[in-house]
Amino acid sequence: MIRAILLALALLTLPAAAQEARARFGADGATAIRLRSTTDIAILGPTLEAFVARNPGLAVDYEQWGSNDLYALALQDCEASRSGADALLSSAVHQMVELVNFGCASPYRSAETLALPDARRWRDEIWGITHEAAVIVYNRALLPPEDVPQTRFDLLDLMRRDDPRHRGRIATYDIEASGLGYLFAYADSLEASTFGALLEGFARAEAVATCCSAEIIQGVAEGRYLLAYNVLGSYVEANRRESVGVVRPRDYTLFLSRAYMIPKGGAPEAALLLDFLLSPEGQQRLTESRLTGPGRDPDTSGLPESAERPIPISPELLVARDAQKRGRFIARWRDTFGRAALP
Amino acid sequence: MIEASPLPRAERSLGLRVALGVLSLLLVGGIVVALASFGYGRQAARTAFDRLLLGSANDIAETITIEAGEPMADLPVSAFQLLGLAAQDRIGYALRDAEGRLLTGHATVQPAPPARSQPGRPAFFDGTLQGEAARFVTLTRRFAERDYSGAVTVTVGQTLLARNDMALGLTRNALIVTALGGIALMVLALVVIRRALRPLDRIAAELLARDPYDLTPMEAPVPAEVGVMLGAMNRFMRRLDRQVGSMRNLISDTAHQLRTPVAALRVQAELAADEPDAEKRGQMLERLARRSRSLGDLLDQMLSRALVIHRTDSVPRQPVDLRDIALAVFETQDHELLAPGTAVELEIGPDPVEVLADEMSLIEAAKNMFNNALRHGAAPVRIGVEAQDGRAALWVEDAGQGPPPELLERIGARFERSAASRGQSAGLGLSILRAVAEAFEGEVRFGHSAAGFRVSLILPQMTEASR
Repeated sequence: MIRAILLALALLTLPAAAQEARARFGADGATAIRLRSTTDIAILGPTLEAFVARNPGLAVDYEQWGSNDLYALALQDCEASRSGADALLSSAVHQMVELVNFGCASPYRSAETLALPDARRWRDEIWGITHEAAVIVYNRALLPPEDVPQTRFDLLDLMRRDDPRHRGRIATYDIEASGLGYLFAYADSLEASTFGALLEGFARAEAVATCCSAEIIQGVAEGRYLLAYNVLGSYVEANRRESVGVVRPRDYTLFLSRAYMIPKGGAPEAALLLDFLLSPEGQQRLTESRLTGPGRDPDTSGLPESAERPIPISPELLVARDAQKRGRFIARWRDTFGRAALP
Repeated sequence: MIEASPLPRAERSLGLRVALGVLSLLLVGGIVVALASFGYGRQAARTAFDRLLLGSANDIAETITIEAGEPMADLPVSAFQLLGLAAQDRIGYALRDAEGRLLTGHATVQPAPPARSQPGRPAFFDGTLQGEAARFVTLTRRFAERDYSGAVTVTVGQTLLARNDMALGLTRNALIVTALGGIALMVLALVVIRRALRPLDRIAAELLARDPYDLTPMEAPVPAEVGVMLGAMNRFMRRLDRQVGSMRNLISDTAHQLRTPVAALRVQAELAADEPDAEKRGQMLERLARRSRSLGDLLDQMLSRALVIHRTDSVPRQPVDLRDIALAVFETQDHELLAPGTAVELEIGPDPVEVLADEMSLIEAAKNMFNNALRHGAAPVRIGVEAQDGRAALWVEDAGQGPPPELLERIGARFERSAASRGQSAGLGLSILRAVAEAFEGEVRFGHSAAGFRVSLILPQMTEASR
């Protein structure tokens, strides 16, 4: 009854806006909600199918974008007062917060949204709908169990060992290409003094900054990388592979809540999708897709609660978007990875 | 009890009136309090959140350094945590160099207009953030470095949700307190009214329980305010009592005094009817006529006494010149009828002699004094007026010796059998005189003077103060 059409589109013409993929959930004649998201279609797909199954009159036109492009497009739409997407769902929460701060969002209130904790909503215009850990993934075959880092200090020690086997085989997000990578790095820089040491470690180990969760996990699985730092745990768990081990750092683990927002001029049906995502059924689906709920990584069961550091959806994230701050941060980053000879 | 029903209704209406009064007071007070507390709340909110803005602008300004000729800010999270205290408000900020070029922040945020800024002081101003009203502060930090010289402005702004919330919250609290106070006030007012009106219930119950002929004053202990009413009621009852009493007296006197003369008349009429001698019958008829005339006089006097007693209680007192009274009595020319040929004289001075009294009662009294003197005294009969030591006197004097002392003792009592039985009315006339004197706080005085016997009605002279 429900058809899911997956159309992977190659990046062809648009210079700045790179749409990675698109799909339609629901019947052809149904009213479509245009959802732009950074989440992989395969991961969010089951949840959206459940939504259109529950609302037969509705369909979801799903567009998958890179976070920076998604932000740029939404900002253009907002400044031109053009109605682009009906809803946005991005892991680059700081960018969404900035859009809300620029007055690009329309408010919505319901029992479901009001039940969210304060750290997961702001101005009733942006809501955090998932709960995903930033983890360390490693190749079980290549990294002996005693070397598996349980904390950032373990990771530092590993990188300082100056082992030639490690050189060029530790990966993390390219913070310039990925909004999420920047957000994780920024959150790390606020969280602990280890950040400077980590950068130094990355430089020493000639770490690789590359793009996108799927590619990084693929690399670890294939053995191109020994381990990768600050990867979204949900992606790993959604494509579980035997060769990939997952660690939630015990000193602290960042948790991300993907931000949902309804741009000004977005169709009112977008609010229905939001309520569904926050409803018990929607949350159940998201849990099945590993986007929320407790993780199931065997290596670090029982992470102490004090080590959970959710990234709050609040105006404080605007600091991450400051031009000079960002410039400074990226310059420092580039300095590190420049020495490490970017691929 | 049927009579009890109007009382609770009256009580309810008073309570309602007080409730309405308190309610309108509260309404007006509430509006005033609302306006005042909203103004105050807005001021307080403005002061509080302006400090947050300034604190965060200071935080940001402190982090500015010059790097390679370019002012650079390392935006502190603490600045945004401060702003985040107004949790739902959007934030705008901009750092600009001396030329106004944007260094970092939001291009839409402009620094304070020059008119509002004073050197070295933060400038607060109102503006908008993407169409929403907002409050801004601009700080200026000056640099004199080798590679950069000039000012950097830090402008931080925030929308007004939290401010308005705080102002409304303060207003709401003030109104809640006002409303609670008002309710307490209303309850208190109703309780006080109920308690204050309780003596009225008691008085009403006491009145209802009374014998209808019981006109004695009520002695219930009551608050001063209710005492006014009770006093008035007691005075009214006293008057009523007097009226009823005089009415009763009039009836019994009339019955008593008329019985003897009427019986005598009947006997004489029967005798006359039986008398065969025409001459004797003529004499008897003449006596009969004289008797009935004197009975008529007696009736007149009884009526005038009743009138006097009624009037002294019910007619408001007015200033009366005693000379007018003497003159009026003198001019009625009664003496021509009662005692033709008797010499009469009027003695009045040029100055008015005024008293507070009822003119008609005084005339009746004076007429009685005068006629008594004409009937019983010796010529010449004089009537006059004089004033002495704040007392005004209306007197009648004749040349006779006056009544015997033992008669004088009893004179003026209401009932004078001898007078009545004789078909004369001197006793009754004196009792009118005495009643008038009592009614107007005066007295009747008898005395012998060089010229003969004098009867005086002495009343307090009217002063300027009592006018």
